[in-house]
Amino acid sequence: MATPSIQEQIKAQGEVVRQLKKDKAPDEKIKEEVAKLLELKKLVDDGKSSGQFVLKCPKGTRDYDPFQMAIREKVFSVITSCFKRHGAVAISTPAFELKETLLGKYGEDQKLIYDLADQGGELLSLRYDLTVPFARHVAMNNIKTMKRYHIDRVYRRDQPRMTLGRYREFYQCDFDIAGEYDPMIPDAECVRIVFEILSQLDLGSFVIKVNHRKLLDGMFEACGVPPEKFRSICSAVDKLDKAEWEEVKKEMVEEKGLEEVAAGRIGEYVKLNGRLELLERLTSDERLTAVPSSVAGLEDMKLLLQYCKLFGVLDKVSFDLSLARGLDYYTGVIYEAVLTGDPSKGKEGGVPAVGSVAGGGRYDGLVGMFNSQG
Amino acid sequence: MAIREGVFSVIISCFKRHGAVSISTPVFELKETLLGKYGEDQKLIYDLADQGGELLSLRYDLTVPFARYVAMNKIKTIKRYHIDRVYRRDQPRMTLGRYREFYQCDFDIAGEYDPMIPDAECVRIVYEILSQLDLGSFIIKVNHRNVLDGMFEACGVPPEKFRSICSSVDKLDKTEWEEVKKEMVEGKGLEEAVADKIGEYVKLSGHFELLEKLMSDMGLTAVASARAGLEDMKLLLHYCELFGVLDKVSFDLSLARGLDYYTGVIYEAILTGDATMKDGEVPAVGSVAGGGRYDGLVGMFDPKGQHVPCVGVSIGIERVFSILESRAKEAGGKGIRTVETQVMVASGQKNLLEQRMKVCTLLWNAGIKTEMLYKRNPKLLNQFQYSEREGVPLLVIVGEEETVKGGVKIRDTHTREEDFVEMAALVPELNKRLAECQHSERV
Repeated sequence: MATPSIQEQIKAQGEVVRQLKKDKAPDEKIKEEVAKLLELKKLVDDGKSSGQFVLKCPKGTRDYDPFQMAIREKVFSVITSCFKRHGAVAISTPAFELKETLLGKYGEDQKLIYDLADQGGELLSLRYDLTVPFARHVAMNNIKTMKRYHIDRVYRRDQPRMTLGRYREFYQCDFDIAGEYDPMIPDAECVRIVFEILSQLDLGSFVIKVNHRKLLDGMFEACGVPPEKFRSICSAVDKLDKAEWEEVKKEMVEEKGLEEVAAGRIGEYVKLNGRLELLERLTSDERLTAVPSSVAGLEDMKLLLQYCKLFGVLDKVSFDLSLARGLDYYTGVIYEAVLTGDPSKGKEGGVPAVGSVAGGGRYDGLVGMFNSQG
Repeated sequence: MAIREGVFSVIISCFKRHGAVSISTPVFELKETLLGKYGEDQKLIYDLADQGGELLSLRYDLTVPFARYVAMNKIKTIKRYHIDRVYRRDQPRMTLGRYREFYQCDFDIAGEYDPMIPDAECVRIVYEILSQLDLGSFIIKVNHRNVLDGMFEACGVPPEKFRSICSSVDKLDKTEWEEVKKEMVEGKGLEEAVADKIGEYVKLSGHFELLEKLMSDMGLTAVASARAGLEDMKLLLHYCELFGVLDKVSFDLSLARGLDYYTGVIYEAILTGDATMKDGEVPAVGSVAGGGRYDGLVGMFDPKGQHVPCVGVSIGIERVFSILESRAKEAGGKGIRTVETQVMVASGQKNLLEQRMKVCTLLWNAGIKTEMLYKRNPKLLNQFQYSEREGVPLLVIVGEEETVKGGVKIRDTHTREEDFVEMAALVPELNKRLAECQHSERV
């Protein structure tokens, strides 16, 4: 089914071609007009020859119906109020960036980026997260300090798992503080914000795990991990939220070639979590504090826990040595908030209130990557 | 962004006031979904690269996705609004608000209803939005696809040239008649006599008196569809009068909207402010909303061709943003706050970070929008300056003396007066003062 107008156009164009042929017009002219006619016909044929009427969303995406929108609106309202309560401004960036902007920022996840077709202009890609666009915005506008929130959709050509909430198009709600400040104060405010949001959304019990990149690296060094294996061992540790230690250890030793002794030592650390008592224990751990990086990490964590106490959130925080986030660009504290509801509760088909719901950390080097003066 | 939030808020309130629900669709559609819907504008669609999966394209508008949604979910009736960005590989003209990525605010009513009632409500909605946004004077032009086609037939335009002549008429909002006539005659091969007849019609605009005139025009009413169109227009104007908007409406025979899928009434709202604004300011003139009835679109998606008639409007919000942004800049940016912070917790003496944090926690727990500087020992002046610059109305100053006395000082940013208050009374006192601030702002 084509609109009458396209059919009319085809009819009209057909007349033009017939007339030209009748008048024995120059071949070039006839060819030109025939090409136009074929283009028009293509518009109609594509509708027909794809066989069926196309009635689906692209794979991994979905519409939100009014019911879902009403829920979504409420959630955004709670989150936005919280961001505003902490003095954040909002910015917005385009859905696509120059392809170069996104290159080299996501490690292995690069392959999950959606590219736009080369249609003769700039090469573009759909944004993969809101953090790299933020860094680009800050560098581009020579911004020294900014506290901003940004709620929008991002795009990843992942294997979608709709029932588990893994889509190819999905919302992110980001809150970031850029600028040189006294240590750990903004870092602690981020924890406070996660606390407020998760409390107000009434999702049940939760815990905010915290750790520190420098401490992780220091721990690896202290355990005897060769520096070139740090990132690789780190991503193995990252799997501890889903896999048992024995499995992860096996991966470290057999696949990543780590000495079993070193893996064993790591195992002793990553099972630890707590608060100020854990901090004390680690601060008196001589093997650990022999490495400067651990010392720096521990000092930051001490401040963080103190500030979390002043912000009234310490009881929800867990200093957890098994926390290691995927992305390469973290340079300091890292967080992950996890719902700890009862997975066996809730009727069949209901989505249990368990699992990771928020994450982030300090990333001091990202803006510099965009700024030629670093 | 602050301006944008204000505009969305007005628009969404209006849509909700009229009982619309909202839906959301993905930023891209299957390429086939968008094919054959936009005529010549097809070439402006952004395609995604073929990365081995489905072929996708970024949405060009919100109307085709809406029709796809309605057909896909076998919906018979829905009144929905949808505010989101769309993508067109056009020649961008940033200063004129023409971008490749821009917002559309759509309101559409789908379903079989008695004639012209929903069509009139759309006009009422545009009227409410434009009035509330305070953009100056405006008119809402209305016309009808059948009246246009009937007019062409009555003037002697050959049927195969209807769409082509229609798109020439569409240029009358930007070009003079002589130029448009020249295009029709020389560019599109129309007889001059026919073009002249069209010229006689397209200069007409009005309300009921125009309607009467056209209804007694034998040439026009000889065409059945034109007669039907005029009946529709009669109802529309009548309902617009009942909805209290007729004085802003203009039945205008030169209105011809670009898209092929319109089947009934068409609208376009135009700002008619003073074009001679100060240098650099974006004048409050030009098209800001448009739409119409499109009864055949959902059927194109439905294999059984189920008929779901639709009518809707789209608010051209980027134009609105440009106007309001430039107006705000002219006014020195006053009145637009980028942060909503109500209280800054400050200290001038050393080692009061802990106290500041505790006070922040107290205020956040009470739902008060509060900030502090991320410095252990900030300078008082910097905190005062921040508050003044960002329009933060109050400061809570923590000090050694005050702590000993069991309280803090509240400072009014505007008057610079400071008062001591005990901790227990802090939150109630702040709430009281903030309520007063808001009240005086409104006055």
